[in-house]
Amino acid sequence: MRLISIFLLAVAIIVGVNQASASPVETFEFRDEVTKIRFQALSKELRCPKCQNQNLADSNSPIAQDLRKELYELLQQGKADSEIVDFMVNRYGEFVLYRPRVSGLTYILWFGPAVLILLGIIVVIVVVRRKPVDKKTLALSVEQQDKLKKLLNDK
Amino acid sequence: MGKLIRFLPLILVIALGVVLYRGLSLNPQDMPSALVGKPMPEFSLQTLNNNERIVTQADLLGDIVLVNVWATWCPTCKYEHPYLVDIAKNPQVKLYGLNYKDERDGAQKWLKYYEDPYVFSIFDEEGTLGLNLGVYGAPETFVIDHHGIIRKRFAGAIDTRVWRREFEPLIAQLIEEKKQGK
Repeated sequence: MRLISIFLLAVAIIVGVNQASASPVETFEFRDEVTKIRFQALSKELRCPKCQNQNLADSNSPIAQDLRKELYELLQQGKADSEIVDFMVNRYGEFVLYRPRVSGLTYILWFGPAVLILLGIIVVIVVVRRKPVDKKTLALSVEQQDKLKKLLNDK
Repeated sequence: MGKLIRFLPLILVIALGVVLYRGLSLNPQDMPSALVGKPMPEFSLQTLNNNERIVTQADLLGDIVLVNVWATWCPTCKYEHPYLVDIAKNPQVKLYGLNYKDERDGAQKWLKYYEDPYVFSIFDEEGTLGLNLGVYGAPETFVIDHHGIIRKRFAGAIDTRVWRREFEPLIAQLIEEKKQGK
């Protein structure tokens, strides 16, 4: 019994020490659950400008930390999602959006795949529906038969 | 016609190859700034060397201006520093610094030690102006015309080659615009 309690104490100490030495993580206090969910959603939607294949939630770069802080401030000020996205786009360009907005520049991104699939379907339909060649048209005509016979007979 | 269709896949693959090969040599960091064509964001900050002097966007008006984002924690800034000292000798442009997320003491020492090329450096400790400018690292350099409109943003180090290629044509154009009173 005593051994067990000593063991538990040791575990508690180790866990406690580990917690104390864990790297500092940003802690944001949200007004309510909805704001928290919006923060999480937006930080996944927005791209880190420096480390281009990570979103704000993923990245540890200083700029991503700053932008997370800014995002938090904007949410606390009661800004709407669209206002926050505009804020970021006005500073960092369309690039910060993982889902670019539909515009003349991005038509090919948005509709390119659908157009390609459509093209593929059309090609398949055309190929499948092409009428099989009629056997009668493949058969030799009377003249051709005669010619063939002649040729064979010559030899 | 039938022959051409037979070669279509080959042609498509070659075209795709050309596109992808070109992609290899593009610089993904080379992004246009969202602020090109827009006025310099408003700010009101201390200068690096004088915490009693408050400067605003109005202090940059009237000349062809370069704003160089720098910090002591940025090794590339040290690389481009001698080139900036050279550029500062050019009477046709005014070079300002934006000391970005830095410590005042260290930054002041750096300028004393390496020579101060800037008319003044804006001290942006919190990075608020940097954020409004869409800065995501240092060094970055902005070209602002005499009306206070941002005309170019360049991310990365300036050296003689970069200056000739990226900046000289634009500066010449701006000087011309200014002469014509545009």
